[in-house]
Amino acid sequence: MQPHDLQADQFVGYPPEARKLAVVNVKAFQQLPLSFLPGLLREVIEYDYKFPAEQAAIDKELTNLSSLSPLQITEWFHAFAQLSLSSKLEHLDWVNRPAQFIEQESAYLWTTHQLDAFSVAATAYGDRLRAAVPVDKLPVPRLGIAVIGQGVASYASPLFRDLRAHGTYFSQIKAENGLDLLLDAVEDRAKAHPIPYGHWYVDGGQAARQSPALTNVSYAASQPVRDNLLKYMQTEIARPGMGPEELRTDLARLLPADLGMTKDGDAVLDRFQVRLFTEGSGTQIFSTTFAQWTTREALRRAQPLTLLVRFAPRQRQKPMNELLSNTSPNPELDPIGSLVDADMGAYYHWINQQRLLGAEQSSFIVWFEGHSQALVVAPSLPRGAQSDSAMDLKGLLSLATS
Amino acid sequence: MGQSSHSGTFEAKSKEMRDLNPREIAWRLARTRREFLRDAAGMAAGTAFMGASPFVHAATAKKKRKVIVITFGGGARDQETFAPEGQINIPHMLGDLIPQSSFFTQVTNHGILGHYVATASLATGVYETLNNFSAVPPDHPTVFEYFRKDLGRPVSDAWVVAPSNGFNRIGESGCRSYGPGFGARVILPKHLLSAAASGSKADYSHLLHDNYETPLYAPQIGGGEFELQQLDQILKLSVNDFMEHAKTLSSPDELSVFIAKRLMRQESPSLLWLTLHDIDVAHSGAFSLYVDAIRRTDRLCAELWKAVQEEPEYMGDTTLLILPDFGRDADQDSGGNGFQHHRTGDPASRTTWMMALGAGVRPGVVYDSPVQSIDLVPSIGAMMGFSAAQSQGRLIRELL
Repeated sequence: MQPHDLQADQFVGYPPEARKLAVVNVKAFQQLPLSFLPGLLREVIEYDYKFPAEQAAIDKELTNLSSLSPLQITEWFHAFAQLSLSSKLEHLDWVNRPAQFIEQESAYLWTTHQLDAFSVAATAYGDRLRAAVPVDKLPVPRLGIAVIGQGVASYASPLFRDLRAHGTYFSQIKAENGLDLLLDAVEDRAKAHPIPYGHWYVDGGQAARQSPALTNVSYAASQPVRDNLLKYMQTEIARPGMGPEELRTDLARLLPADLGMTKDGDAVLDRFQVRLFTEGSGTQIFSTTFAQWTTREALRRAQPLTLLVRFAPRQRQKPMNELLSNTSPNPELDPIGSLVDADMGAYYHWINQQRLLGAEQSSFIVWFEGHSQALVVAPSLPRGAQSDSAMDLKGLLSLATS
Repeated sequence: MGQSSHSGTFEAKSKEMRDLNPREIAWRLARTRREFLRDAAGMAAGTAFMGASPFVHAATAKKKRKVIVITFGGGARDQETFAPEGQINIPHMLGDLIPQSSFFTQVTNHGILGHYVATASLATGVYETLNNFSAVPPDHPTVFEYFRKDLGRPVSDAWVVAPSNGFNRIGESGCRSYGPGFGARVILPKHLLSAAASGSKADYSHLLHDNYETPLYAPQIGGGEFELQQLDQILKLSVNDFMEHAKTLSSPDELSVFIAKRLMRQESPSLLWLTLHDIDVAHSGAFSLYVDAIRRTDRLCAELWKAVQEEPEYMGDTTLLILPDFGRDADQDSGGNGFQHHRTGDPASRTTWMMALGAGVRPGVVYDSPVQSIDLVPSIGAMMGFSAAQSQGRLIRELL
């Protein structure tokens, strides 16, 4: 089936809000090339479980598409229309299973050497869309905080190497009550600017506190979900005919209830957490990977005003099948390796924050937990500089956000 | 400092890179490697040497010529290797190998960026499109088949040492015009150790790390893999000795290098292909493990080169080629997650390097001219005197 054959009643299987949205926009969908449309439908079909920032982005994109004339549609999607797809792809149920279509389309584009052309087309479309849709003003500049090195007594090698060129390194930070001061500040921001999913606390271990003002995600709290997922994976791989691609497809279909999450939870956040483990690589076994990937996905999807991530020691490396079998109740930890992981994770945190609206005004702090080293990237502070000023974390935050 | 002057160098750099086309970005990556190597190792620009080939074309030289190919373990990026901030991770390559080598700064892979399919493409000189996660042979003849059929070499003269995730079929293609029997023997050291350790109480788990791209699935072994009893017949190694030595090693790639050196000692193959894979632990997202693996791979490459100098059958007659099958995603590409994967197909994940050292190679020279990973097979053919008839790659003139 081609997009021009699309009818409104084909969205009957979509969740309520997604169905409404699809039906209203079916005429715009009919004009889009097959190489593009399932990618859009993959977002639309999840609309009911998206964060507000994602819903707003979909709304704007659909409004823009509906406003384009046929000539403009041709112009905007010319590069996508040039891509050649197989008849097998055309016969897939891309309306109801757009994610599976995308997976197979991606494999097809790789094998037919069209992936680069697709990437160019997608990047150009994204740039064009960003220029066309209205931009909202943030109520407060974004703030990112990464706390790294939990459990490390001393570390001689330089930290924050990738970030130093972008900010100011502080060598005399008073560590007392550091985490509490940071969490207090994050909570204060959340209370001053109460936006749904606007302020996050991600912990790679046991959360230091649970604040109702924040969106809380922790590795420790997700243990039942992880255990259920690993059991599911072990069962699936024992099935005849199962392969890596089949497993990935199966995982993509999992819902919170499949992994033991109760229905009285936060449906949006529960789905988000399931995706962290079913789509993330290594999140199931390494807490540092979990913390980094959660931060990335929260920034990409929820676009919070504030995100504090605290990394915790991960387990030592073992053979992958042993890690996945999850048989050891008290695995040996690797604090130094985890600090190195987290140092890079903090860099990626900043990079992902810089991809969002308001990057020029945003601030970022990374602190070596329990120690005197920190680094701040902020509009008010010089880049590639060092400060020996003594201050506590509250003072550093004030400096970063002033 | 005012806001305008502080408006995110990263964003500016990202935009600057995005405004360039992939070819320009690849060129910039290559230039960076070249500048660094020139500063660090005092290497000369290659264009000055063109037309004065040191390779000896005499038939007698070709008969004695041995070629060892090492694929550099699962893809590593510049910032963790050749860029100034990465040099701490490759002391052996910088200090020992690069001064002796011709270094190609711009090797691109235009094929599918999965490790088995990309290594198969390297071995056939054609961008293969087979399923990366299946134990299937390449569609086109391999370098081993060209070598053995054209030169009439015995089966003992071409060997592959590889990780056990499907690579067992890489020694011989499914191409009918070549038919069975001209491929390389393949050793999967982890498979071998797993078989040898069956029933043993000793813990070899650290040497049996699985495929990192698909950790749960190692395809069923099938084809001409090395049998356990041949440990003794070919490698002159008892199962007990093998297992005792394995206890002293710390990673699967160390095990592979141990087997490769044993093969060199006992079989002296003229064409030896070693696929290292530890670096691909990056897929787990743990940066420290990825960097540890780069350092180990750096050390293992130097260790193998040292073995070449110490083996009479290899000393003076061997050309060693070291190259990654591809790179990893750039930090700047929002479609990826930096070092963790090689999924975006961006220039950083497609553009790598190659180092050639040993017999016939001009030491201390850097070549910026772009080559493709599929150019390897016809170039090896020219070195050894066989024709890679179905390869779609081109001769690397700087090696001829």
